[in-house]
Amino acid sequence: MRIKHPFLVELLTAVALILAPFVLPHLGFSPSTVNRILIWGLFGIGFDILFGYTGLLSFGQSAFYGTGGMFAAYLLTETDFSYVMAAIVTGAAVAGAVGYVIGLIALRRTGIYFAMITVAIAEVFFFVEFNPLSAFTGGENGLPGVPTPVFNLGFKVFEFNTDWTMYTFLAFWYFVGVVIALRIVRSPVGAILSAIRDNPLRAAALGHNVHGYKLTAFVVAAIYAGFAGGLLGVMQGFMPPDAFMFDTSGQVVMQTAIGGGGTLFGPLVGATVWLYLSDFFQNTLHLGATWKLVLGIVFVLLVCFLRRGIVGAIVDLYKVVAGRKRIEPAEASIESARFDAADIEPMPPSRRGGTPVSGPILQARGLTKRYGGIVANSDIDFAVDHGETRGIIGPNGAGKTTFFKMLTCEIAPTSGQIMFEGRDITGMGVSDVCQLGLTKSYQINQLFDRLTVGRNLTIAALGETRGKFRLDLFKSLHGVPGLNEQVERTAALVNLTARLDTPVSELAYGEKRRLEIGLALATSPSLLLLDEPLAGMSPSERVETVALLKSIARGRTMIIIDHDIDSLFELVERVTVLQEGRVLVHGAPQEIKFNPKVQEAYLGGVHGEMA
Amino acid sequence: MINWANFISQCFNGFVLGALLALISSGLTIIYGTLGVLNLAHGAMFMLGGYAGWVAYTYTGSFLAAVVAGSSFVMIVGVVIERLIIRHFYTRPHEDQLLVTFGLGIVFVEMVRFFFGSLSHSVPPPAALVGITHLGFMVYPTYRLALLGIVGVALLALYFVLYRTRIGMIVRAGIEDSVMVDSLGIDVYRVFMLVFGIGAMAAGFAGIVNAPVVSIAPDVGETILVQTFVVVVIGGVGSFPGAIIGGLIAGEIISITSMFNPGYSYVMLFVAMTLVLVLRPHGLLGTAGRE
Repeated sequence: MRIKHPFLVELLTAVALILAPFVLPHLGFSPSTVNRILIWGLFGIGFDILFGYTGLLSFGQSAFYGTGGMFAAYLLTETDFSYVMAAIVTGAAVAGAVGYVIGLIALRRTGIYFAMITVAIAEVFFFVEFNPLSAFTGGENGLPGVPTPVFNLGFKVFEFNTDWTMYTFLAFWYFVGVVIALRIVRSPVGAILSAIRDNPLRAAALGHNVHGYKLTAFVVAAIYAGFAGGLLGVMQGFMPPDAFMFDTSGQVVMQTAIGGGGTLFGPLVGATVWLYLSDFFQNTLHLGATWKLVLGIVFVLLVCFLRRGIVGAIVDLYKVVAGRKRIEPAEASIESARFDAADIEPMPPSRRGGTPVSGPILQARGLTKRYGGIVANSDIDFAVDHGETRGIIGPNGAGKTTFFKMLTCEIAPTSGQIMFEGRDITGMGVSDVCQLGLTKSYQINQLFDRLTVGRNLTIAALGETRGKFRLDLFKSLHGVPGLNEQVERTAALVNLTARLDTPVSELAYGEKRRLEIGLALATSPSLLLLDEPLAGMSPSERVETVALLKSIARGRTMIIIDHDIDSLFELVERVTVLQEGRVLVHGAPQEIKFNPKVQEAYLGGVHGEMA
Repeated sequence: MINWANFISQCFNGFVLGALLALISSGLTIIYGTLGVLNLAHGAMFMLGGYAGWVAYTYTGSFLAAVVAGSSFVMIVGVVIERLIIRHFYTRPHEDQLLVTFGLGIVFVEMVRFFFGSLSHSVPPPAALVGITHLGFMVYPTYRLALLGIVGVALLALYFVLYRTRIGMIVRAGIEDSVMVDSLGIDVYRVFMLVFGIGAMAAGFAGIVNAPVVSIAPDVGETILVQTFVVVVIGGVGSFPGAIIGGLIAGEIISITSMFNPGYSYVMLFVAMTLVLVLRPHGLLGTAGRE
């Protein structure tokens, strides 16, 4: 945690930017190269928020870079508008608006579709700029005569018309860009963006509007691109049409990957390598375009062997050298031996709902799910009372998980109706249902693997404290009221307090399982569904988890699927048995144990043959 | 006023371009469908086919030799990069696959630029196919007419391999579920290598047979790649019939729009893609599971 030096990164950036003009010329960088590096670095910050933090690889950033730049340049050269900064900001805003519209289309799909659509978008913008809009953009000539910024403070006039004065202008805006980006990635929105990168489905299941946040990242990236495009025109005194070329998009992607995605500074480092090599090959070695071949090869090697890029490698190296202390697994297991769930104060259920009422909290009527000819669930009637703990058992393939998926609205039922706290939730989205206080822990762990335990729980708790969608881009994560308490309480409950700073990928299986339950718990659900919470656990872990489940059951409604019938019957008040997609019987554990139909189902007598 | 003779001839152009795009897109789509890798170097494969063919043509003077050299060279390149690089990316995230194939594409383009320069070259059509043909209702360049036949035959051959052979059955099964195919005792890695080779060859073949129509240059692949993406998004990823329908639709849109204003052909293509995305998010013939 960097709480000790909250502005360390900002401070170091400022120092580096001030020192750069004194150091870089000795290393063979010309001032115009340094200026271009800053523009690419700023362009890349936005792209890094989109790609490195949110996991959306766009090959269409040139569209926004060009749009912002052209709009600003058009204002400054073809109209009477003469305020340079206002023009650049307007250009960035236009790029953001265009980004919003394009994002609505491109974000309809994910993964490779998203990449392909952004490629197509970039190409469309290129052609539109060259042809239908050439009257405004100068076509292949671009827009010459973009003025340099002048600030008249009354007593002194600042004009940024030489290379190094331009440097101070660009460095100032780069610094502003870094400060804003740091605020964004440290905000609740930033935390959710990284959750979306790691596991979009779980992020949605924890009550976050994934599409809205992706669109936010897309617009932020477009604004950065548009702003950088505006600066490009001002720096060169000319807005080149090749800002719109697909190569521009490719260049920002490659620079970010070379420098390291998810670091904010990676693009700057990548741009430095890129432009330095380009100058070196062309001006010193006189090898013309060969530099691009060399860069291409370097890039392929980096992607193959050094996926986190240069900055990522430095960070990793620093961690190794600094020998960050880690709690050994042995130590952790001693910790868990001392753990007693009964000591921990039970966590209150959702604070959203009013006072708990008696009667059913959840009611399903005639719930049916068909996949083509296969009927997974057929005409299920099901009701759970407030405060009840219900068990669901059934042989493999009985449709238990499908049933849960319909209750949490992950899949829509073919027919039937689901009422939660008296409200019809049939057809709602999984995020909305989580916001209402109904969530699930998964049979197969759905965690945010690259994040720490603490960050995982934070993301889950944010769904409850902030609602489905909120644009608190500049708010600190520490400023969210009640968040830390919720995370610490949940961690204590699932016995992961000692592991809060450990990345999920380093956890033992049992710990991951507990975190899985913790994620669901941190949303403060009033109805918690647990899909095989004991699956894959050792006998001692089972005992521990049963104790945990007992403690969280106080004051909460739970439905538990599990195959460990002895443990389950110890926990629950009533049991529902599913078989071949239908309800076989409801009843108290004792009744179920001795029910002949249940015994038959489990012993395989269903098809008239004895197992 | 629309000039009807011109319109019909543009429709024909669209048909030829569409068939060509269908062939290239089939290559891209079977690679993606089977291996799960979107090959951003596919445009470079198209370009390499043209160059390899052009080199063979300058030495032999035979168009047939050029076609054979172009397609087999690209197939070899495909197999080699699958073996050396792509194979290590099957278990890595899609983003890494995109980055590495994008990088490979640049390396190929720049290598060609390094050896052959940036100027464009052309390969003349075989002597028998030079000139124009009178079709009764219009006159049309003979080679373009022949091109339609050549690409049609190539598509049929691809169809035959995919739908009528044992290896094709394995590939189609692999598109549905490659883990299952693997557990059936079939060496999927060998199949993957072959598919990558065949997919690349489809692009390489298209690159050389198209060389008499559009001259070759190091960056011809870029435009083709973008058009191929639109085709695949329209047709549905991983679908061979989808690639063909998408190709023909895209070819007609480009050609017919060009008749009015070439600057809008991409806009119209994009409009069509957006419409498909809104109305049928998985493409015309795609299925939900393939992503």
